[in-house]
Amino acid sequence: MKFICLGYFDESKWAALSESEQARLMEECMAYDDELRRGKHFLGGEALGAATNAVTLKMKNGSVAVLDGPFTETKEVLGGILLLEAMDLNQAIALMSKHPGVKNGPFEIRCADAAVNQQIAERNLRFTE
Amino acid sequence: MSARHQQFAGLYKDYAGKVLATLVRLLGDFDLAEEAMHEAFLVALETWQERQPPANPIAWLISTGRFKAIDTLRRRQRFGELEADVQDLIDELEQHNKTINQQSIEDDQLRMIFTCCHPAIDPQIQIPLTLRELCGLTTEEIASAYLLPVSTMAQRIVRGKHKIKQAKIPFVIPDLSDLPERLDAVLSVIYLVFNEGYSASSGDSLLRTELSSEAIRLARLVLNLIPDAEVMGLLALMLLHESRRNVRTDADGNIILMEDQDRSLWQHSYIEEGSALVRQALATRRFGAYTLQAAIAAVHAQSTGKTDWDQIIALYSVLLQIEPSPVIELNRAVAIAMRDGAQAGLNIVDAILARGDLAAYHKIYSTRGELLRRLGQHSEAILAFEQALKLVKQAPEQRFLQQKLVQLKNH
Repeated sequence: MKFICLGYFDESKWAALSESEQARLMEECMAYDDELRRGKHFLGGEALGAATNAVTLKMKNGSVAVLDGPFTETKEVLGGILLLEAMDLNQAIALMSKHPGVKNGPFEIRCADAAVNQQIAERNLRFTE
Repeated sequence: MSARHQQFAGLYKDYAGKVLATLVRLLGDFDLAEEAMHEAFLVALETWQERQPPANPIAWLISTGRFKAIDTLRRRQRFGELEADVQDLIDELEQHNKTINQQSIEDDQLRMIFTCCHPAIDPQIQIPLTLRELCGLTTEEIASAYLLPVSTMAQRIVRGKHKIKQAKIPFVIPDLSDLPERLDAVLSVIYLVFNEGYSASSGDSLLRTELSSEAIRLARLVLNLIPDAEVMGLLALMLLHESRRNVRTDADGNIILMEDQDRSLWQHSYIEEGSALVRQALATRRFGAYTLQAAIAAVHAQSTGKTDWDQIIALYSVLLQIEPSPVIELNRAVAIAMRDGAQAGLNIVDAILARGDLAAYHKIYSTRGELLRRLGQHSEAILAFEQALKLVKQAPEQRFLQQKLVQLKNH
C-alpha cells in the first residue's frame, strides 16, 4: 500500500541553523531513507524548493489568477514529499515516527488514491507505447 | 413494541458487537459487514421464532452474515461495480469454515476497540464509534446519552467509519512496541464512557447506567486479553465507584456525602472484586494513575468507622508525582485536613488559589468553605460557598451548597 508523507518545516528556523547543523540533519534524514530503502519501504521522494518561490494558481472570477507564494501562509511549509510503501497506516506511522525529519517539522501521512493513480498509469501508458 | 421484538432487541444488544467485529475482520469493510449483520439478524428474526434458536447464536449469526455478504458481493460483481480481486474475497469467504470460537470472537472485539480508538480518529468520534460498533448501542441511544441531535451523532459515526476506510486504519491489535501508548488511548475512552454514565448530571438515567456498565464490560474484555496493571486499575476504579452508584443521592436526587451513606447498601461484591484487583495491580509494581486512584477508593470503601488517612495521603502523594495536577493536590488537601486538622488543609487550598490554579473550579471554593466552617470562621465560609454556588452547574450540587449556606446563616 502506497502512502505519501508530506514533510513540513519552518524555513526561518532552518535558515537560523549553522551550515554544519543543516548538513548533519540532512545526513541523518538521508541515512534513515537508506534504512527505508533496505526494508523496501522507500518508493521515492522529492525535495521542494523554497516556499517563497512558490506560485499558486487559483480561480478568480472565472479565470485563473496567478498568486505569489504558497497556498497557505503558515510558518510551516511543505518541504518535501516521500513515497512510502507500508502494509497499513499503523506501519506507516511506525516507520515515519522514526524519521529524523519529524524533529524538524510535522509529517502528514496520506494514503495514495489507488483508483485515480490507476487512471494516471493508464494515461502514462498511452504515451510510452 | 411486541414481546417478540423486545426479546429480539435484547438479542441484538447482546450479540451485535460480537457478530460485527468478526464480520469486519472477515470482510475487511465496515459498511459491508454492517449490512451483512443486519441481514443476518433479519433472518434470525424470521427463523428463530418458529424453531429454537441455535446452540451457538453468535456463530450462527456470523456464518449467516458471511453468506449474505457473499450474495451481496456476487450481485455487485454482476453489475460490474467491483474489480476482479473481489472474486478472491468471495473464494476466501466460501472456504472459511474454520470454527468461530470464543477466543477468535474476543480477539475480534479487541481489534474493534483498538480500531475505534485509533489516534488517527478525532477523539470526539472515538467514543460514539466505540459505543455503536462494539457495544451495540444505536445512534439514537448514543445521541440521547450525550444530549446531541441524532443527525449530529450519525454524522460523527459516519465520519469515523469513513476515516477508518480511507486512511487505511488496519483492523488489528497493535504491535507490542505500540501497545502501551495505544492501550492508554483505549483506557481513556473507556473511562470517559464510564464517567459520562456515572456523573448523573443530565440525560436519561437508564441510558447512563448502561454507559457505565458498558465501560466495565469493555474493561473486562481488554483485561481478559491484556493483563496489564493499569487495565486492572481502571476496572477496579470503576467497580469501586459503581458500588456506590445508588447511594450517592437520595430519592430526590440530593447528594449524600460518603460519610453519611448507608454502607449496607453499597454493592459489596463490586468492592471485593475492585479491592482484589487493586492488590493484584499494586503487586505488579508497574502500576500507574488508575491503580493509585483505585487504591484510594479501595481504602475509603474498606474503612469502617475510622479511615486510614495516612495511607490515603501517601497514595495521593505518589499519584501527584506520576500525574502532577492541582485537582489531585486539592483532594490531597482534604485528606490532610482530615488527619492534621482544617487549618493544615486550608493552607494548601489557599496556596493552590494563590498560584492562580483552579480559579474557576467550584469544588475548591466549597472545600475552602467547609474548612473555614470547621475553623469557626463563618462569614468567610459563607463567601466561599457563595463563590462555589456561582460556578456550579449541576442542580444537585447547587441544592447541596444552598443547604450549607442556609445552615451557616442560621447559625
